[in-house]
Amino acid sequence: MTLIAQNLSIGNRLHDVSLALKPGQITAICGPNGAGKSSLLEALAGLLPPDEGAVNLGDSSLAKLHPRERAKGIGYLPQAHEIAWDVPVRSLIELGRMPHGDTRAEPVDAAIAALDLGPLENRRAQSLSGGETARVLLARVLAGEPAWILADEPLAALDIGHQLALLRHLRAAAEGGAGVVLVLHDLAHAMNHADRVVVLDRGRIVAAGAPGYALASDIIDDVWNVKARWLREAKHHLLLLS
Amino acid sequence: MNRAVVVFGLLLAIALPLSLLAGRVWLWPDATPNAAIILAELRLPRALLAVIVGAGLGAAGAAMQGYLRNPLADPGLFGIAPGAALGAVVALWFGYTTSAWLLPLFALLGAGGAMALLAAVAGRTGGIALFTLAGLMVASLAGALTALAISMAPNAFAMSEIVLWLNGALTDRSWREVTLAAPLVGLGVLLLWRTGKSLDALTLGESVARSLGVNTGALLWMLIAGIGLTVGASVAVAGIIGFVGLIVPHLVRPLTDSRPSQLIVPSALAGALLVLVADSAVRVLPFVTELRLGIALSLLGAPFFLWLLIRMRRGLA
Repeated sequence: MTLIAQNLSIGNRLHDVSLALKPGQITAICGPNGAGKSSLLEALAGLLPPDEGAVNLGDSSLAKLHPRERAKGIGYLPQAHEIAWDVPVRSLIELGRMPHGDTRAEPVDAAIAALDLGPLENRRAQSLSGGETARVLLARVLAGEPAWILADEPLAALDIGHQLALLRHLRAAAEGGAGVVLVLHDLAHAMNHADRVVVLDRGRIVAAGAPGYALASDIIDDVWNVKARWLREAKHHLLLLS
Repeated sequence: MNRAVVVFGLLLAIALPLSLLAGRVWLWPDATPNAAIILAELRLPRALLAVIVGAGLGAAGAAMQGYLRNPLADPGLFGIAPGAALGAVVALWFGYTTSAWLLPLFALLGAGGAMALLAAVAGRTGGIALFTLAGLMVASLAGALTALAISMAPNAFAMSEIVLWLNGALTDRSWREVTLAAPLVGLGVLLLWRTGKSLDALTLGESVARSLGVNTGALLWMLIAGIGLTVGASVAVAGIIGFVGLIVPHLVRPLTDSRPSQLIVPSALAGALLVLVADSAVRVLPFVTELRLGIALSLLGAPFFLWLLIRMRRGLA
């Protein structure tokens, strides 16, 4: 199922943004603060209705889709790790089944296994560390078996080990056929882990394509006002600032 | 069924018959003259009314805390109880209490007016901050108009009647109040119970709940209707009885897994228990005139609120 944005405009946050996303890939949305990354992600998730344009999931427009049907197709992970009550971890993950109206054990167990949450299953939410919370919240999304996983800065507030672990889990989901869209601040993570990068600046798409093309040094200079060049070490790219 | 339902259901089943016997005069079915009439016409409707009012306020408190994701939320803060009180005060002001149906009717109209105002201001967007602020403003407006009515009371008798009525009580209530409140509170609790799943999703914040398919606008309407029915009907038959909605979810939460959906039915049971026990206690306490139930629960509730704040501050420190 494809996810397509057509000529999206939202206030002064997004201007005429068009984007066709393919499943099975990790797409990173990058850009400086205030570029409209979170607004674009929320519009793609159907949570922010555009003033103009439309988002289509497969053949249907998100605006016309029943919220439940939309929720079955698109899982959304916001930046804030808000958990209001000290509920059991498993019940949090089961919330992912809500669009389906069940708490089927099979997908919930699969999500718990995919994120190595077995030992935490019976703990309470407020006893978890930041890294554990991030994994539990991603498991909540996976339990809903959505075709699309949209995450807003999922790596923020995680240490480097947990960042790489979460990226591995997201890669596994993409290899399983899901489309993954991430808002990322760390350009090196986008360069090394995304299949495709979309660069936003002041609400417009400046570049979209393979990471090596969209995050070329001259684009970084134009958009972020930073002189930088990429160094290649084995398979990995390092961003060298000057 | 969760543990809290069993615990509070059992306690309520024990407390209800005991409360029928308790009073300034203890009732012994074999020995007291006219015991059957006293039971059927005085004690039973009063006990049932305590159960109904308490259940409505308890369920409303649990739903409110779940919706606002705040353990300090109380349905009294959101204008519906003050709105209902204003309606009743208007009835007292104009001396409409000669007809027994008019005061509760005016109170329900007041609650309905507060609900409509709340829905008109906050209903379309479904934003939690807007809803809270709108509720506080409706509450202050109703409070100001009530104060105005008291200060401009036509005579001293009306004034004392209003002030006494505002401190809720279940004294001298009959089957009429029971038949009025029971269906409204029942429907309200049912509506609040139906919001449970959506309130669970709100645990992860508003945007996640929406991404899970929760229609936050419809949820807000259902909450306004549910709280309006439960709290409006309670105020209509018993006056202002504060703090039940605040205290009860805290008594229930440790017996559950803290999910808002698991709190609503046990909070209704625990609210019924609390109001029933408190109303029996004010009957038994050896004061010259009976202590008003609303005052008794506020005397209990305010220190509880302070204790809660101190405990939260320790948790944060």
